Amino acid sequence: MPAVAISTPESIFPPFSIGGAHPRPKTSQLAIRIKTMGKTLLDKVWDAHTVRQMPNGQTQVFVGLHLIHEVTSPQAFAMLRELGLAVNYPQRTFATIDHIVPTQSQTRPFADTLAEQMTQALTDSCKEHGIQFFDLASKQQGIVHVIGPEKGLTQPGMTIACGDSHTSTHGAFGSIAFGIGTSQIRDVLATQCLAMAKPKLRRISVNGTLRPGVYAKDVILAIINKLGVKGGVGYAYEYAGSTIAAMSMEERLTICNMSIEGGARFGYINPDQVTYDYLEGRERSPKGEAFTQATKYWDSLRTDADAIPDDEITIAAEDIAPMVTWGITPDQSVAVDEPIPAAATFATEDQPLIDEAQRYMQFAAGDTLAGKPIQVAFIGSCTNGRLSDLRIAAEAVRGHKVAKGVRALAVPGSMEVARQAEAEGLPQIFREAGFEWRRAGCSMCLAMNPDKLKGDELCASSSNRNFKGRQGSPTGRTLLMSPAMVAAAALAGVVTDVREVSA
Amino acid sequence: MSAVTKVTGRAIPLPGDDIDTDRIIPARYLRCVSFDGLGAYAFEDDRRQNPDHNFNDDRYNGSSLLFCGRNFGCGSSREHAPQSLNRWGIKAIIGESFAEIFFGNCLAMGVPCATTSAADATVLREAAAKDVTAEFVLDVVGQTVTGAGLTISVGIPDGARAAFLEGTWNATSVLLDASDAIDRTAQSLPYVTGFGP
Repeated sequence: MPAVAISTPESIFPPFSIGGAHPRPKTSQLAIRIKTMGKTLLDKVWDAHTVRQMPNGQTQVFVGLHLIHEVTSPQAFAMLRELGLAVNYPQRTFATIDHIVPTQSQTRPFADTLAEQMTQALTDSCKEHGIQFFDLASKQQGIVHVIGPEKGLTQPGMTIACGDSHTSTHGAFGSIAFGIGTSQIRDVLATQCLAMAKPKLRRISVNGTLRPGVYAKDVILAIINKLGVKGGVGYAYEYAGSTIAAMSMEERLTICNMSIEGGARFGYINPDQVTYDYLEGRERSPKGEAFTQATKYWDSLRTDADAIPDDEITIAAEDIAPMVTWGITPDQSVAVDEPIPAAATFATEDQPLIDEAQRYMQFAAGDTLAGKPIQVAFIGSCTNGRLSDLRIAAEAVRGHKVAKGVRALAVPGSMEVARQAEAEGLPQIFREAGFEWRRAGCSMCLAMNPDKLKGDELCASSSNRNFKGRQGSPTGRTLLMSPAMVAAAALAGVVTDVREVSA
Repeated sequence: MSAVTKVTGRAIPLPGDDIDTDRIIPARYLRCVSFDGLGAYAFEDDRRQNPDHNFNDDRYNGSSLLFCGRNFGCGSSREHAPQSLNRWGIKAIIGESFAEIFFGNCLAMGVPCATTSAADATVLREAAAKDVTAEFVLDVVGQTVTGAGLTISVGIPDGARAAFLEGTWNATSVLLDASDAIDRTAQSLPYVTGFGP
């Protein structure tokens, strides 16, 4: 393919020639030609944050924003103490509590002594190392992936790490954001760096207009269904196309959130005016002239028109229907009105997993999910716990009642989301419909707090994982779907095609 | 820190693909401030629901290698998962493929994850099931697994392999070696310096 000269907006900051630029191998003409062609956002952000090539061949990457929470960080602080090391850049780490925090009473000390102990450990570590802690008393607490964006901490062109796999959420701003484990949290605390290998890039273009009743959640479930839960291993995902461009920031956050469910450690969307409009005026966003300079810099980070990703797929928005998972991995999904596929339609090596999933879920091939009775409805999580999600669900349940026998929870993603929802009267709508309106936290997404399924309850859930036992009961069953679909299921008592409700 | 050049011992086979970290260690065991004692809870819910689970089979106690399938360790980033396996006794894992965060966590703990073909992942699991006393050796230098009369070639990505062989898998001190370069990189980033003109 010939290299085409396309002019791209020149940055006032030419940051990519800074020491540590990641040289491409010059072993072939092809490699040289690609180098003369455009760069992707991944290339540019990776190069700008490269401290050096390490002796073992990994890249030492500077972490621009480090977020921590109570579950995966206490052991990292303990390791730091053992090594006698300080936190290298305490002003670049921010803390909150989300996983274990109860969503009914949030009065300290918590009834759960282990949760209280973990909260106290984080409180002490933040105080010792001078790390800002968005705790309950600050009234700014929330799910770590909700408060980063809403405070303007998450910005385009950053590298962002957190001891949580859904850190991929922050890629919605055009940042390189990924989950890490506890030993790596230790590394970031001690050095503000990680030892990493650069992934390949797959561009996923979604073009066209979504049909009524189809949401960002359905788009990402459809992408994961198409590529599989290991399809993204070794790749970062760049989401592009007219459908993505037309999405709000909150919808984009839902898309990037579930990159990891497709096996991609991170996914991103190139920053644009939607991104800048969201960021302008946020507490931690640049202000005044600095914001103008920042948007020029952020523009320069966008993937160049002549950049070539390692792989590319295209999806038509019109082909996407409301999706529901039927199995125990997030790629085991189907349109709500279509039959659950038979194991025989899968590759031979996949068939035992399909059988295992259908046995666990108590579903048979050929069943349709529409009409399946549910016992629990959950709206919340870092995937779908933001204001726009709550608005959609509240609009759907306004003036209706939750079906008899269904336990329904609406859980705001942060204290700020809760305040905005309250200002709009959403809690009252939910309560009148028979939902429980809870306080901010991860709640029933992962059941490290009192919100759990019981026995083999079937849960219509706006969360991100349908793994065995994920929602707190070892035999509990999760159906992933959009908040609109959860609301519809809560009212009907059975899985419901939201297109038929709104028709 | 010590180099990891080979791991020797008996192997426990684990059937199935896409085994996520919620299954390796259910979330309720993450309510802790220390990894101590997590070995007892490895695969807790799977073991309760399946009496034939190999982690229930005493004959596999003391195994050092785990043989698994495809996309092992997907889902949550919780290091509690590899920590529980490691504290149970696992020092190396061989399978068709690994989720990246899980692989990175194992690397940072000094536990090699080596990949092999789908067919060879099955061969290894069958061999370990057939003879529970068989000794296997993962050779990080030669990138092979030998045992039960088999020699299977495996792969470990170059950077990770070098980190095991050099004993630099615990990256903290190596990263700190570049402290001046870290500060230079930070000062080159517009968002660190405040987007000044």
